[in-house]
Amino acid sequence: MLPELGEFSLVLAACLAILAIGFGLFGQQRAELSRRMVSSLVLGQFVFCLVAFLALVFSFVQDDFSVAYVASHSNSLLPWYYKISATWGGHEGSFLLWTLTMTVWMLAVVVRRDNYPARLYNKVIGVLSLINLGFLAFALLTSNPFTRLIPLTPADGADLNPLLQDFGLIVHPPMLYAGYIGLAVPFAFAMAALLENRVDSVWARWSRPWSNAAWAFLTVGIALGSWWAYYELGWGGWWFWDPSENASFMPWLAATALIHSLAVTEKRGTFKSWTLLLAIAGFSLSLLGGFIIRSGVLTSVHAFAVDPQRGVFILMFLAVVVGSALTLYGLRAGGERAYVGFQLFSREFFMLINNVILVIALAVVLWGTMAPIGYQLADQHISIGPPFFNAFYVPLMLLLAAAVALVPVLNWKRTPSEKITSTIVRTLLPTGLVAFLIWYLTAPDTLVVYAALALALWIVVTHGLDVVRRVRRQTPPLAYWGMTLAHLGFAMSITGVAITSTQSIEEDVRMEAGDIRALGEAQVEFDGIKAVRGPNYEAQQGQFTVTQPDGSSFALYPEKRQYLAGGNVMTEAGIQGGFFADTYISLGEPLPGDAWAVRLHYKPLVRWIWLGALCMAAGALLAVFDARYRRLRRRQSQPAVVPVNPQLKAQPNAQPEGGAV
Amino acid sequence: MMNPKRKRRLYMVVFLLVTMSGTTAALMLALEQNINMFYPPEEVVSGVAPVNVPIRAGGMVAEGSVQRSLDSLAVRFVLTDHQGADFEVMYDGILPDLFREGQGILVQGELQADGNFVAREVLAKHDENYMPPELLDMHADASDGAD
Repeated sequence: MLPELGEFSLVLAACLAILAIGFGLFGQQRAELSRRMVSSLVLGQFVFCLVAFLALVFSFVQDDFSVAYVASHSNSLLPWYYKISATWGGHEGSFLLWTLTMTVWMLAVVVRRDNYPARLYNKVIGVLSLINLGFLAFALLTSNPFTRLIPLTPADGADLNPLLQDFGLIVHPPMLYAGYIGLAVPFAFAMAALLENRVDSVWARWSRPWSNAAWAFLTVGIALGSWWAYYELGWGGWWFWDPSENASFMPWLAATALIHSLAVTEKRGTFKSWTLLLAIAGFSLSLLGGFIIRSGVLTSVHAFAVDPQRGVFILMFLAVVVGSALTLYGLRAGGERAYVGFQLFSREFFMLINNVILVIALAVVLWGTMAPIGYQLADQHISIGPPFFNAFYVPLMLLLAAAVALVPVLNWKRTPSEKITSTIVRTLLPTGLVAFLIWYLTAPDTLVVYAALALALWIVVTHGLDVVRRVRRQTPPLAYWGMTLAHLGFAMSITGVAITSTQSIEEDVRMEAGDIRALGEAQVEFDGIKAVRGPNYEAQQGQFTVTQPDGSSFALYPEKRQYLAGGNVMTEAGIQGGFFADTYISLGEPLPGDAWAVRLHYKPLVRWIWLGALCMAAGALLAVFDARYRRLRRRQSQPAVVPVNPQLKAQPNAQPEGGAV
Repeated sequence: MMNPKRKRRLYMVVFLLVTMSGTTAALMLALEQNINMFYPPEEVVSGVAPVNVPIRAGGMVAEGSVQRSLDSLAVRFVLTDHQGADFEVMYDGILPDLFREGQGILVQGELQADGNFVAREVLAKHDENYMPPELLDMHADASDGAD
C-alpha cells in the first residue's frame, strides 16, 4: 500500500503545483487572494512530497523488495541507518529527495512572505511551482521510485553500492541538493522582478539572503563530496576534475559571482543586468549538472544508471527554463541600465574583476567538461585531465586571492590612491617577507607556492587590520563578520591546496609482514593482515604502526572489504587525521609471496581545504542572518516606489569606508 | 570628442572583447596540449595511435596474461578486443579494486615504439555493472563473438 500512497501523493503534489502556477502567475487581479492561495498550495506541495518521501523511506526500512528501487538498492543485511540513507542512494530516490528539497525551499519563501509585496511574491511562488512541476513530471514519467516487482518479487535486495555505505553519503547529497535547488530561489526572484518590472536595489536585498543560503549549502555539499572522495575512494586525492565534480563546481562558481554582484546591485544600484544573468546562469548550471550526472553522457564515478530518455527530458526542461528565462531577460532587462560612475580603485571595479575571474574559471570548467561530449558526436573518445584545469586555475585563483586581499582597503565608488599605496607598503611588504620565511624554512618549492602563501597571509592581514579598525569604531553588522569569515576561509583553502598539492609524500610500495618503510620523517611498519567481519562484509585488515620522529606512535587499520551481497570489493583507508597533517594508508591488492601493495601518504594541511570551505559557508550563513534582512517586514503590498539607489541619494559622495558587503 | 558615457561603454566593449578572445585562445591552446585521445586495441596495434604521446587505450584484460614482479609493484598484462588485436601493458603501481582478468579497463599513458604500452594510470570503474562508454561497442561485439 505504502508505495502506491507515495505515488499518489506525487500526483497530488503535481496537481497543487499546477494550481499554484495559475494563481501565482495569472492572479494579479486579486493579488491578496492569490497570495493566500499560493501559500496554502505550497504547504500542500510540501506535505505531499514529504508523504511520498516517507513512503519510500518506510519501504526501505521494512525491506519491501517488491518495490524495484528498494530491491536494487538495499539488502536485508544492511544496517538500519544505511537503509534510510539508501533512499537517496540511487537515481530515482535521490530525485525524490530533490523534489522534497525544492518544496522545503518554497516553504521557506512562504514563511518569509511578509517581506515581499504580494504581486512579486505570487510571481516568485508561481515560477518555483513551475520548476517543481517539471521535477515532479520528471519523477513520475521517467524515474518513478515506486514501481513494483510483482509477482517477481526477489527474496532479498541486490545491496547498496558499498562506496555509498558511509556517513559521507548520508549527508553529502542532501547538502548538495539544498545548494543546487536553493539557486532556484534567486532565479525565481530574478524572473519575478523582470515580470514585475522592478529590478532594483530592493529586489537585490530580497534576493541576497536566498543566494547566500543556497551558496552556503552548495559549498558544504561540495566540500563533503571532496572529503568523502578522499577517505572513501582510497586514492588519497581530494579533487579529480571528474565531470560529476565539475557539475557541482560550475553552479558554485556562478553563484559565487552572483552573491558578489548582488552586493553591488544592492549597495550601488548598478550591475543589474549582469546580476540577473548570473541568477539565470546559476540555476541553469544546476540543471546542467543534473543532466550530466543523471543522463550518463559522460564517463563519471557517479555511475547512475544510463538512460537516454531521462537525459532527453532534462535537456528539454533545461532548454525550456533557459530559453524562457533568456527571452524574458531580452524583453525586459534592456531598460534596466543605470549609470552609476566608479573609478579604477573602487569596490565596484574589483567586484567586476572578481566576476570576470569567476566567469573565466566557469568557462574553463564548462569547456573541459563539455568538450568530450562534442568529440563524442564526431565518434571520437577523448578525456581531459587535471593538467588542463590546473593550467588555468593556478593563475586565476592567485589573481582572485589578490583581489580578495584588497577588499577591506577599497571604498565604494573611489578610493584615495594614498590609502592604497600606504596599505600596500604597510601590509604587503611585511606579509611577503614573513611568507618568504615560512616558505623558505619549510620546503622551498615552486614560486607558485610562495605566491599562494603570501597572498593567503595578505588576505588575513588586511582583513585582520580592518576588523580591528571597525570594532574600535562600532560593532559591525553580522554581514560584515560573515564576509570576513568567508574571505579568511578562502585564504585557508588556498593555503591547504597549495601545500597539499606540492608537499604531500605519496609512496606506492610492496610490503611483506615485518617490513619497515620511511614515509617522510616517520617510519611505517607493516605487522600483517588480520581477517575481520563487519555486519555485511568480510575484510582483510592491515595492521600498521606509524612511529613519528619524536618517538610517539599510532596504529592504522586500513581494510580491503568484500561485501557479501553484491560481491563488491572496496578499499577502506586508514587515516590518522590532524589539523596540520594526515597520515593515510590504504591497501592495494595481495601480491605473490605473502606481500601487499600498499599506498602510504603523508598529506600536510589537507584538512585546511575543507575547513576553509566550511568557514566560507559559515560566513555566508552569518550574512543571511544579518539584521537588515529582518527589518524588511511590513513593506508588503506597496507598489515599487522605493528609489533605485537609496544609499546614493542619502550620500552623494562615496561612503567613507564602504559598508559590509 | 566622445562623451564620458560613450567612452565608458567603449572601454567596456574593448575590455570584454579582449578578455573573451584571450580566454578562448588560451582554452584552445590548453585543450590541444592536454587532450587524451582514446584508441581501441585495433588502432593501437595497427599503428593509428601515435607513439610517445599521452593517450588513452582500453580493452579487456586477457585471461592468464597478468604477470607480477616478485619484488616490486611492476605488473604486465595484455589488453585485447577478442577480435585478434591485443597489446601488452606495463605498469608500476597499485591496480584498482575492480581490476581482474576478463574485465574491461582503460589505461592512460604512452605507447612505445616497440608496441608496448607504458601506463601511468589504470582505470576500472567502481560499479561491477559499469562499463566505460568507450568500451561499450567493443563489449557488444565481443559477446556476439563468444555466443
